[in-house]
Amino acid sequence: MINSSIYIKSQQEVFDVVIVGSGAGGGMAAHMLTKAGAKVCLLEAGQPYDPADPKNITQLKWPYESPRRGANTTRPFGDFDAAYGGWDIEGEPYTRKEGTKFDWFRSRMVGGRTNHWGRISLRFGPDDFKRKSIDGLGDDWPIGYDDVKPYYDKVDRLIGVFGTNEGLRNNPDGIFLPPPKARLHELMIKKANKAIGVPTYPSRLSILTKPINNERGQCFYCAQCSRACQAYADFSSSSVLVKPAAATGNLTLLPYAMAREVTTDPISGLATGVSYVHTGTLQEYSVKGKIVVLAASAGETARLLLNSKSSRFPNGIANSSGVVGKYINDSTGASRSAIIPSLFDRKTYNEDGVGGSHIYSPWWGDNSKLDFPRGYHIEYGGGMGMPSYGFGWGIEGLNGRENFTRDGLKKAAGGYGATLKEDYRRFYGSYVSFAGRGEPVPREDNYCEIDPNVVDKYGIPVLRFNYKWSDYEIKQAKHMQDTFEQIIDAMGGKPMGKKPGADTNYGLADPGRIIHEVGTARMGNNASTSVVNSNCQAHDVKNLFLADAAPFVSQGDKNATWTILALSMRTSEYIIDQRKKANL
Amino acid sequence: MKRRDYLKNIGLSSLGLAALNPQVKAMEALEGAPDPKKVAPLKVPNGRTMDEAERDAKLMAEKFLNVHELATITILSDIIIPADGKSGSASQSGVTKFIEFIVKDKPEFKTPMRGGLRWLDGESKRRFSKLFTEITPKQRIEIVEDIAYPEKVKPQFSQGVNFFTLMRNLTATGFYTSRIGLDDLAYKGNTPNEWKGVPDDVLKQYGLSYDD
Repeated sequence: MINSSIYIKSQQEVFDVVIVGSGAGGGMAAHMLTKAGAKVCLLEAGQPYDPADPKNITQLKWPYESPRRGANTTRPFGDFDAAYGGWDIEGEPYTRKEGTKFDWFRSRMVGGRTNHWGRISLRFGPDDFKRKSIDGLGDDWPIGYDDVKPYYDKVDRLIGVFGTNEGLRNNPDGIFLPPPKARLHELMIKKANKAIGVPTYPSRLSILTKPINNERGQCFYCAQCSRACQAYADFSSSSVLVKPAAATGNLTLLPYAMAREVTTDPISGLATGVSYVHTGTLQEYSVKGKIVVLAASAGETARLLLNSKSSRFPNGIANSSGVVGKYINDSTGASRSAIIPSLFDRKTYNEDGVGGSHIYSPWWGDNSKLDFPRGYHIEYGGGMGMPSYGFGWGIEGLNGRENFTRDGLKKAAGGYGATLKEDYRRFYGSYVSFAGRGEPVPREDNYCEIDPNVVDKYGIPVLRFNYKWSDYEIKQAKHMQDTFEQIIDAMGGKPMGKKPGADTNYGLADPGRIIHEVGTARMGNNASTSVVNSNCQAHDVKNLFLADAAPFVSQGDKNATWTILALSMRTSEYIIDQRKKANL
Repeated sequence: MKRRDYLKNIGLSSLGLAALNPQVKAMEALEGAPDPKKVAPLKVPNGRTMDEAERDAKLMAEKFLNVHELATITILSDIIIPADGKSGSASQSGVTKFIEFIVKDKPEFKTPMRGGLRWLDGESKRRFSKLFTEITPKQRIEIVEDIAYPEKVKPQFSQGVNFFTLMRNLTATGFYTSRIGLDDLAYKGNTPNEWKGVPDDVLKQYGLSYDD
């Protein structure tokens, strides 16, 4: 499995660029820079992964091909999900300060978390870059929508995204492929939303409803983007960016390479490369590069910076401001589900569709009339999906309800036998679910740092998180729950379970659970309050760049990936330009 | 891979490989004592990582529920989901094997399952002086009636109703994730197709349209 020759050989070269991490940001940088002719070394802590390699394929497998029927015992999102890793990885711990919470999801594979993500590809809008100017909280970005728009356009064209141009000010139009038509429950949600004043539009997902080139296929509607697509019809960094980067002949991809630190020249203070541990052999190696790009994820990038200590950089490289690790923030998230009696005993047909909801609701509220800042969008689930582990669970909470039987009579909850079997059939496909994803206010006192006492199995000091939600986020979650119930009512549905109340922060997910952590090395014009400049170049080290979500000043209520891609592309162009001008 | 190549290969990836799946083989090996001479070196099935394959193989080799317990589970699961005009029963769909595996995979089920089965045999002995597997179908239903309805349960059967609820949940999940169960629900997906929207007759039935 492990051929060490490439690890030994790569030590002798001086690469133009060394990139750490092969997810959205690292994949985009590798793609852009190799295409421009740079010799690039790409370090990935996890194993090789190509969604079309039969060894990796779980797409189109049936639940009974898993002995646990797809349960999440070994993979957090189930046996078929394309994420190797998860919240807890053996030998790679992280810790939390007492009384605080943070859960950290890591995928150890080429392409990182893009192999299984939801493909929700939302641009930030003009307001999302300038929140402080609007509500006085947090900070503005040093750049605005107009700076990033050309890169969003290029990302749309390069990678492909479906959606519709609606002319919404803070949910900008894009270059969209045709969206799939709404499913039945989505039409019902749309109608209900119209009645209560919640906007509903086609989703914007990076899934190819039309072919865009000869390398990638077209969506065949199996709803399984989370399993990674063997036809490359959705965006994964592994298939869409790293693979073409490798095809240029300019890429040296080193899997199983757990970065330890950025190495520096003590005289010039410039980055000279990256040292790493081979996760299989535990051998120590280092690669040299004229430029170093960190795209290891907001958490891992902060960890790397903080662990890269030297006499010149006693607080970690690029950290003269002391800001590295601070302002970490994850999306808010709350959810609810319901059953829609008018969908009982529905006619069955294949409604798998694409891997995600076909509709969504961008934020519509007016914060001047609300008791919390910032907004959220709503993602919807439901329909006649493929049963998996957990199917049918808890029917005793449903089949005893008033008017849930075919003859309109109430029956005893639970039961067994032929009539129970009828209930499962009757309820199949009549569930809907609602998930709010919102914008938190980044705070200096939410941070990650190096745990002084703990190392991972490679001997690398680990991150310790200190994160608490504030009233802003909790009130936002309450608003989500109220909205979900309004929609459910308007659909004639019955909510499942008890409405989450103050005792559970209204169902607000613990920090980290939405897997949108950003902001650990934020950008800014002031070197004493930010880590990188508006080109994601370290203030302190001019040949060190960040290409993941670490530089985000805030995250909007838009999932981070499309902005990671756009900024990584922008940073890559800046690197190419600066090299041409001999400034780097 | 291009779409047409992909389509060509579907038979291989979703069916052919399943038949060769060592996990399935190991499941079958549960039927009888494995011949140690025939134990092949671990082959990582497609779609699994090495760590996962090792863990699965270890679980497959582990024995937890005994023959009597599995026989009781088979009878109970068929009471919960019997064969009817439309489809087969829980045990025909492979629910016993699924439960045998899942209690090892999720050890938090081990004691509730084993203890629940003991509770059931204890109740059966108290009423009929025989184990649950040895009493008549009518006698079995007499006990099941007392533990199948959580909202109506008499206090002395509260532990029994909890066990039966667990059995109902595991049986339903096992059944509807089997081939027989998927067909019973008339699930029509997991296959390449083109999504063209909700069929017209369904739109009409619900009074909805794409023009609104």
